[in-house]
Amino acid sequence: MLARVGDRIFWMSRLMERAENMARLLGVTSNVVLFSTRDTQEQNLLAPLTITGTTKAFFDRHDSVTLPSLIDFMGLDESNPSSISTCIRQARENAHAVRWQITSEMWETLNATWLEMREFRRDQVTGREATRFFDWVKERSHLFRGVTYGTIVRGEAFNFSRLGTFLERADDTARILDVKYHILLPRVEDVGGALDYYQWAALLRSVSSLETYRLIYRDQIYPINVAELLILERRMPRSLAAGLDEITRALSHITGQNDQPAKRLAAVLHARLVHGDIQEIFRGGLHEYLTEFLEDVHELGQRIQRAYLGAL
Amino acid sequence: MTYDEMHGPDGSVRPHYGLLARWLESMPKSAIEEKRREADLLFHRVGITFAVYGDEQGTERLIPFDAIPRIIPDSEWRLLERGLRQRVTALNRFLHDIYHAQDILHAGIVPAEHVLTHDAYQVAMVGVDVPNNVYCHIAGIDIVRDGSGEYYVLEDNLRTPSGVSYMLENRRMMMRLFPELFEQYEVKPVEHYPQLLFETLRASAPPGVREPVVVVFTPGQYNSAYFEHAFLAQQMGVELVESTDLSVHDGVVYMHTTSGRERVDVIYRRIDDPFLDPLAFRPDSVLGVAGLLAAYRLGNVTLANAIGTGVADDKSTYPYVPEMIRFYLGEEPILRNVPTWQLRKPEDQRYVLEHLPELVVKQVQGSGGYGMLIGPKASKKELDTFREQIRANPAGYIAQPTLALSTCATFVEDGIAPRHLDLRPFVLSGREVKIVPGGLTRVALKKGSLVVNSSQGGGTKDTWVVREGAAD
Repeated sequence: MLARVGDRIFWMSRLMERAENMARLLGVTSNVVLFSTRDTQEQNLLAPLTITGTTKAFFDRHDSVTLPSLIDFMGLDESNPSSISTCIRQARENAHAVRWQITSEMWETLNATWLEMREFRRDQVTGREATRFFDWVKERSHLFRGVTYGTIVRGEAFNFSRLGTFLERADDTARILDVKYHILLPRVEDVGGALDYYQWAALLRSVSSLETYRLIYRDQIYPINVAELLILERRMPRSLAAGLDEITRALSHITGQNDQPAKRLAAVLHARLVHGDIQEIFRGGLHEYLTEFLEDVHELGQRIQRAYLGAL
Repeated sequence: MTYDEMHGPDGSVRPHYGLLARWLESMPKSAIEEKRREADLLFHRVGITFAVYGDEQGTERLIPFDAIPRIIPDSEWRLLERGLRQRVTALNRFLHDIYHAQDILHAGIVPAEHVLTHDAYQVAMVGVDVPNNVYCHIAGIDIVRDGSGEYYVLEDNLRTPSGVSYMLENRRMMMRLFPELFEQYEVKPVEHYPQLLFETLRASAPPGVREPVVVVFTPGQYNSAYFEHAFLAQQMGVELVESTDLSVHDGVVYMHTTSGRERVDVIYRRIDDPFLDPLAFRPDSVLGVAGLLAAYRLGNVTLANAIGTGVADDKSTYPYVPEMIRFYLGEEPILRNVPTWQLRKPEDQRYVLEHLPELVVKQVQGSGGYGMLIGPKASKKELDTFREQIRANPAGYIAQPTLALSTCATFVEDGIAPRHLDLRPFVLSGREVKIVPGGLTRVALKKGSLVVNSSQGGGTKDTWVVREGAAD
């Protein structure tokens, strides 16, 4: 497969996954903000900006942070390179460039998503219909992934699409889990209380894992279990471990000329997750662990790009 | 007088159109309308569109498709096929000759200064041998009929002729919309064109390459014919490459894949000569590949078509083609040329300036129906402008009598009416010459218009070569 084509397919899938996770991130933020006090609200609204590294870009455009301005920036702002709208547009552009190398259903799904995206009105999305918008984004992403899985030939295109999806998902899940580090409880004594419990539940719900949590732990929500589920649980399809399972599997089907650095790093990250221990992670600090993981995943993405997808 | 493809001078339906005419009469208007809408929808969904130059939004437009086929009886087709084979063979001989011994120039049949000073003549090709001595692997020869029904070659397209995807998609559409007609007519198939093209390209690989790697080289998705490039690559099962996918190392062309470099042996290029290699031609070209010409001259890669074919399909070379056929093949031309005045000749120029309102004047370098004067339709102002342009640069123009162009029944706003058309068969030359029966019929949808180019509002029809007597 041409490197250029592989690159387009990788990014097409990656950006659609990113759009979905931005919607999830905004979803959990909207929920948490509902129960924030005046002192903590602003801090909590800043959390998604902090973990996506877009705080400065946001304040270049807005004086203060409110929920509508946050949703506008992360959902609709075309000048924000990781807004939902930008991700969908670029996913569609990538698909357009390779529409002859992907199935027509994949192209039509992304094209229709982009056309529908343009129909959303700003006041709808940032107002009371925000949840409907987030649900729509998730649905379109589910649809695209399903169409891809159901129609594309099992070859390089499939593997690069999977790489894009799961590299992005591992990155995003780690960021969403890290949100809890950045959002505040009103008082120290609230730790372990009802509001804390509510925040963890909202976080689980945002990555479609509340039911899975109950199924696996059959217990009330403890932070350490939540972290274990989202980091180490290979049966949980949005966990970091499941992501690395998929990434190493896709890489094992691909051969490139200088791909050892990429494959080696993937194997190391995979092993760390498969043999990881949540107590140990907590001893070193969850936020520190996630920060290091994000750096590693970023490096893995760079190595994959260099090994297979770079220009001459 | 205009030749009507469907009806004789007395108004009776010609035998090979008989069945179609009866079928058209029996179809209620609403049923036909519905089929047309269905065709539009299908074309949009498949994405058979073309980008229009000069359209600011870079929008994609459908080329209008007309559902009434153009029918050619196979006795006529056999003559056309022989004529096309002869003509393209002679043109390839001519191209080989002008880049080698130049016999035809020494014999004084084509003026040496005309060829050697021609913009498209590539000095870099002198003495370079190409596989099978074939320069023009894919030719599109435009054919029209005059008032008596005689076939004429209007133009040879030997650079990067397009339109074959429409030929294929039109057939697919017709078979889908009107299967009952195909049951009754014995229509010769065209579907194997991509296979023939693939064989032609493989047969043109550099000597000694056993399993040649073939690619289609496109300027990219903003090119007006991108759909066709992608379509042909897909049909042949080969990679569709852009300039950034290719590079030249030590005189060998490689494409850059996810598993490293892969050697490329045959490039079906849909990029014009000046843009092929920024080191050799236009340095500002971002569409080309640096070092491609060097690799080509070393014989490490085949370009289809070869570099420098433009000198043979130019309108100012066109008048010499019948002489080329006599010179190289010792045969009389089977297909006629349209009589052509060359305005660089003083006596021709005098005649043309006196008779301008009756003639068609074309720019030697023009294509796509741009830069053309149709005398009988021109205003006095347009005539004056052209007169000045001709006086300023006589060698830049040729003139021809206004051909009536034959007409065929075509769906129009208020029913069915005759519209002018031409025919572009595609001639493939590898180790041998191959032609699928028919070609692309282009039709001028505006009443009375003689310009069939898609960029000027023309449409297309399916072209049927049918066995005679099968469907009377």
